[in-house]
Amino acid sequence: MMMNDMAQGAETSSGRRIGEVILDLQNISLSFGGVNALTDISFNVREHEIRSIIGPNGAGKSSMLNVMNGVYHPQKGKILFRGEPRQKMDPHTAAAQGIARTFQNIALFKGMSVLDNIMTGRNMKMKCNLLQHAIFWGKAQKEEIEHRVKVEEVIDFLEIQSIRKTPVGRLPYGLQKRVELGRALAAEPSLLLLDEPMAGMNVEEKQDMCRFILDVNDQFGTTIVLIEHDMGVVMDISDRVVVLDYGKKIGDGTPDEVKNNEDVIAAYLGTSH
Amino acid sequence: MSDTHGQTGLDTFPRLLMHHAQTRPNRPAMREKEYGIWQTYTWAQVAENVRAIACGLAELGFRRGDRLAIIGDNRPRLYWSVAACQCLGGIPVMLYQDAVAQEMTYVLQDAEIRFAVVEDQEQVDKMLEIQGEVPLLEHVIYDDARGMRHYTQTLLMGLDELQEMGRIHDRNQGDFLDAEIAKGAPDDISVMLYTSGTTGKPKGVCQTHGAFIAAARGGVQFDKLTDREDILSYLPMAWVGDHLFSFAQAMLAGFTINCPESGETVMTDLREIGPTYYFAPPRVFENLLTQVMIRMEDAGAFKRGIFHYFMDVSRRCGADLLDGKPVSASDRFKYWLGNLLVYGPLKNVLGMSRIRVAYTAGAAIGPDLFRFYRSIGVNLKQLYGQTETCAYVCLQPDREIKLDSVGKPAPFVEVKLADNGEILVKGPMLLKTYYKRPDATAESINADGYFMTGDAGFFDDDGHLKIIDRAKDVGKLNDGSMFAPNYIENKLKFFQHIKEAVSFGNGRDFVTAFINIDLEAVGNWAERKGMAYSGYTDLASQDAVYALIKEGIETVNADLAADPKMSGSQIKRFLILHKELDADDGELTRTRKVRRNFIAERYQVLIDGLYAGAKSQYIETEVKYEDGRIGKVSANLRIEEAQTFAPQAARQAA
Repeated sequence: MMMNDMAQGAETSSGRRIGEVILDLQNISLSFGGVNALTDISFNVREHEIRSIIGPNGAGKSSMLNVMNGVYHPQKGKILFRGEPRQKMDPHTAAAQGIARTFQNIALFKGMSVLDNIMTGRNMKMKCNLLQHAIFWGKAQKEEIEHRVKVEEVIDFLEIQSIRKTPVGRLPYGLQKRVELGRALAAEPSLLLLDEPMAGMNVEEKQDMCRFILDVNDQFGTTIVLIEHDMGVVMDISDRVVVLDYGKKIGDGTPDEVKNNEDVIAAYLGTSH
Repeated sequence: MSDTHGQTGLDTFPRLLMHHAQTRPNRPAMREKEYGIWQTYTWAQVAENVRAIACGLAELGFRRGDRLAIIGDNRPRLYWSVAACQCLGGIPVMLYQDAVAQEMTYVLQDAEIRFAVVEDQEQVDKMLEIQGEVPLLEHVIYDDARGMRHYTQTLLMGLDELQEMGRIHDRNQGDFLDAEIAKGAPDDISVMLYTSGTTGKPKGVCQTHGAFIAAARGGVQFDKLTDREDILSYLPMAWVGDHLFSFAQAMLAGFTINCPESGETVMTDLREIGPTYYFAPPRVFENLLTQVMIRMEDAGAFKRGIFHYFMDVSRRCGADLLDGKPVSASDRFKYWLGNLLVYGPLKNVLGMSRIRVAYTAGAAIGPDLFRFYRSIGVNLKQLYGQTETCAYVCLQPDREIKLDSVGKPAPFVEVKLADNGEILVKGPMLLKTYYKRPDATAESINADGYFMTGDAGFFDDDGHLKIIDRAKDVGKLNDGSMFAPNYIENKLKFFQHIKEAVSFGNGRDFVTAFINIDLEAVGNWAERKGMAYSGYTDLASQDAVYALIKEGIETVNADLAADPKMSGSQIKRFLILHKELDADDGELTRTRKVRRNFIAERYQVLIDGLYAGAKSQYIETEVKYEDGRIGKVSANLRIEEAQTFAPQAARQAA
């Protein structure tokens, strides 16, 4: 197994600084009844990097993401987030720790406007209680305005000003994906988990999405964990790639290393023997 | 009326700006929608920012007479850069922001640009791409820093940084800029606007402060504009119209210009601002109307019924009411009711509720289109002018509106006709010269000091000027009857299903036409009929679409037949092009005018097919994608005949 840890503090080609390990997954095993979804998987995520998880269908990629943000609890293994071991954790706590995610199938409120959808991403940061918000005066109003500013920055960043007030259900697929990214960004995450952000997009939409992911990583320094099927995209934008197959890790390293890994080639193309 | 009229000493734009900063410091000069909220800049703030930019530029070594390229959407900071450049005695040169890098090279070379202020990363990338071909370029200053973090090129600088530098400079040498402003003279060149290049290479039109101030002053007096007007600035800054309305007139009268959030949000922004003074080329009015009509056709039968009933009422008496002509009491009542139910809400949706004066120019406007806006109570008027005359030659006076004229000569302007019908113009708003092109200047201004517009037209009995076509485009059919291609095309384009048309006929036996369908309108129509199509090319080739277009052409033919001068120009054969005409392919100018000769050359086989009587014609064309790649599109285009009418029969049919 190749395990080329990038030297700490190394500069990537675009000049970003890759920092310390912020999420360390050690010997993770997860099973549902008799089905082993993940078997003894270890890898880590460094600060400010773009880390991709790839693998054929059913390899356990989405399960891995669900483990990371506390939706699934692995039966075996240890997870260290910023050096702190964590045992049982629910998604709510993960969100409070600065982990945000998007979903493989769009999970937005279809009847609500783009603005309101992105506003829901600020939910974690709202301090006032329901009653205060209902009265909407003084502190609650001030808070709302502060959050609206953040949301508008996200809208500006993703260049979706023209659909600010449009109900999400009326938008084309590519734009909905962008709104979902916006909602995750509104939470100002330090770690962003993206589950197939480019699935079902055409080339142009993919290019746009790539640019936004790179910009997020670059401008906000957000660490990104990405599941993606488009190999061109993965190899282009990732700093490191981990490859899963049948719930096992079969490769880990820079895009170039992974590309030349025989196990990976075999998993994707089949073996000749 | 503004108190700046006739005041001496306010003879350059920098002086006007400083005057407003003193006399109305807290009035809004500019608004920009940012982060979803309209941000206001007062005249005092604008002046302070302009000073900072000017001093910053001076610090970088910008000298009197230097040209400053300005590229980007309508952003306050770009308008400030125009003013800052003028403060230093420099010449701002605006470029069309959607042009590809290679198209910019010529202007940057021609104007010998050393300094450029650009909007964002996109424009910076273009500058870096052509840097090698523009060796004089020393400084590229960008407004929006997004995505610029890893650019290390030494010629780049943020506008914030420049302003900071300028503020320090201004604090240390407070009288420097005032002295620079004092050096300015009214016959200094205030701006260089490049012609769109419909014919040959673009030429830099040099206009003086005096010329633009005269044009602005004439317009402001003519329409009684005050410092309370609101205008939406959304047309390219490189276009003379935007410079006149959003810069010169705003500077003179002291009114507020509003910059939309982005190109896609213009409709929403228009509605939010509700301008009192509005300018748009016919294309924009046409798109608005098309959208309204499409949405009305999707509405329920009851709403549609009300809409059409009251539109009939407005067609009958709306324009007369606006012109103050007598209208019967019952019609007045119906119109009042219609205003309550239809026109009022419609104007509100279009963002036209507050409009006092709206202008259109740039191309002829379809009479029905024109009548539509006037009949719902929008005081839409036409004007006539070109880059060389600060877009200021003729204006339609209130209450003297004719659908097919461009109005009377504007204040200070003298208009006369040459023997061949060409329109000649003289006045203070004439260009000083074409940049580095004394030959072209001599060619366009005759010995008596008249500018030769190249347009053919005539005065009607009331002294209103009518434009027929470009003088050189007006040709003759083989039977000797007049052929005015633009005239025919404009009639065609008024159909909501036809987006663009190019007609041929000069030196031929009959008239033929290329048609571009309007994808949105025809697409919607096809959807309602349950027709399947995969894209423009597929839709354009369908039988039903051909039938639809044919119907439109025959209506135009009937219309033409009713006019004795034009009855020979009926369209006999036509085809629908397989691709949309596009400025990126050089088929349209950046202001979206058809480049007739280029198209004739490029599609020669199709023209041959039209005149050879073929049933169809094969064609292969190169297309340029947005990223600069080149691809090929081929198609076998069907050619159809349209019915023509004898002059007499048509009169009965019409």
